[in-house]
Amino acid sequence: MSHFVLRQSGSARVLPGFGLSMGISVLFISLVLLLPITGLFGQLAGLSFAEYWTIITEGRVVASYMVTIGAAAVAALINAVFGLLLAWVLVRYTFPGKRLLDALMDLPFALPTAVAGITLATLYSSNGWMGSWLEALDLPVAQTWVGIALAMAFTSIPFVVRTVQPVLEDMPVEVDEAAMSLGATDGVAFRRVIMPHLWPALVTGTGLAFVRSLGEFGAIIFIAGNMPYETEITALMIFIKLQEYDYVGASAIASVVLFVSLALLLAINIWQGRFVRRLHGGKA
Amino acid sequence: MQRIGDAPLVRRLLIAMAVGLSGLFLLLPLVAIFAQAFSQGVSVFWSNVSDFYTLHAIGLTLGIALLTIPVCLVFGVALAWLVTRFSFPGRRLLQTLIDIPFAVSPVVAGLIYLLLYGRNGWIGGWLDSYDIQLMFSWPGILMVTIFVTCPFVARELIPLMQAQGSREEEAAVVLGASGWTTFRRVTLPNIRWALLYGIILTNARAVGEFGAVSVVSGAIRGQTNTLPLHLEQLYQDYNAVGAFACAALLALIALLTLAAKAGLEWRASRREAFA
Repeated sequence: MSHFVLRQSGSARVLPGFGLSMGISVLFISLVLLLPITGLFGQLAGLSFAEYWTIITEGRVVASYMVTIGAAAVAALINAVFGLLLAWVLVRYTFPGKRLLDALMDLPFALPTAVAGITLATLYSSNGWMGSWLEALDLPVAQTWVGIALAMAFTSIPFVVRTVQPVLEDMPVEVDEAAMSLGATDGVAFRRVIMPHLWPALVTGTGLAFVRSLGEFGAIIFIAGNMPYETEITALMIFIKLQEYDYVGASAIASVVLFVSLALLLAINIWQGRFVRRLHGGKA
Repeated sequence: MQRIGDAPLVRRLLIAMAVGLSGLFLLLPLVAIFAQAFSQGVSVFWSNVSDFYTLHAIGLTLGIALLTIPVCLVFGVALAWLVTRFSFPGRRLLQTLIDIPFAVSPVVAGLIYLLLYGRNGWIGGWLDSYDIQLMFSWPGILMVTIFVTCPFVARELIPLMQAQGSREEEAAVVLGASGWTTFRRVTLPNIRWALLYGIILTNARAVGEFGAVSVVSGAIRGQTNTLPLHLEQLYQDYNAVGAFACAALLALIALLTLAAKAGLEWRASRREAFA
């Protein structure tokens, strides 16, 4: 325990490298992460608030917010259910091919988004493997917002699985035994015993999936069809403005996206910090 | 004692649903990539891969990844050392800040670099007067790639180094080892596998980055076209086989990444079992 005493005495740090690692970290974070964000504010400084407001509330841009948020919400909900199912099956059961299924969960993170994009677009096009029979059922996916939600769900599923999985693994057997020995049915026990443990992690994972979906670009643009007002996502709006050399317009819309995603990230971090503290009895 | 959801019928139903849905939504796309790439035979696949512009894109992509990895490695190790071995005000803030690249849309990441280092930006304009252009050339691609990949090594190391604690390193220092020796002989052997996985993740993302790179690259064939951008151009030109040939190469890297992860996890679980 002596190292606690040493550390508390303040100036006497036992381990070397504080200055060096602090220097590298602060320099890197300032130059690579924070400095470029100042460029965005520099670009916006020349705008009056009225001009800024006009750009970010233009009809086509607002339509893109709606498409992006709506599809991301649907994708996040699908992933909450699908991710919970996958995490449950991977933790609680043994079956042939389980390792393979577990490895497959990371595929959307490992696969480049553009590859996912052209593959989903081809699979769900009207003559693709999936698209042809979905078309026969009158359920077109490509070039609709369903396709956008599908691409978002594909790229963000690992967030839910990998956040819920460790919490489920750490749940003691006694919890199950207590519930079952008191005569609870599966459904009741799951709702009343498992879910209260699980839902903080489930909310965190779903939140991360939602944030990722809001910013996703490569996986979506190929399947979306990119019709103005209909299937145009906000990230694409920024890209289009850039191609028209409208740097001011691109920056204004980007600042909205940046603000929303950083605010959500902060909220998720605070939420996660709070529930981790609660689980560890106030000593996180 | 029976556990929740252990009834044979429930178990089989849930496993079947999980496997079926994963097969449809995750495995089928993977199979489709290779099916499309080889749909006109191996020789057509090969002629697409050995095309000059494809080879150039492969070279550029690998070069960028090769330069990105050491930068992210130094930063990741330094940050992990800092936040797990010392306590100081602002420690939590630093840990939140490194998550920024995960939350920022790739297109926005590309844009903020373009605004700062482009010809109209305040650094870019100054560099331009010395005839140095970073955007629409490989240094710009490298810069945004570093931005999007920098959290991976740190994020792999921090939980591990936090769990291991600093007792072993403190013992080494008290016994008279220098800082560098302590790191090399005590810390490094403990973290090498997490470090390796961090590098593999950094590589996978660096090779596959699309949104940020497409903003700053200009996508000039044979000059600033990375493999994902080249794939997009081929796809837009209705050369599906060519696009999927590039996609198959990238998917292969993704599969190797998954295999490496499974291997490292298997190794860790075996060590735990023997410990």
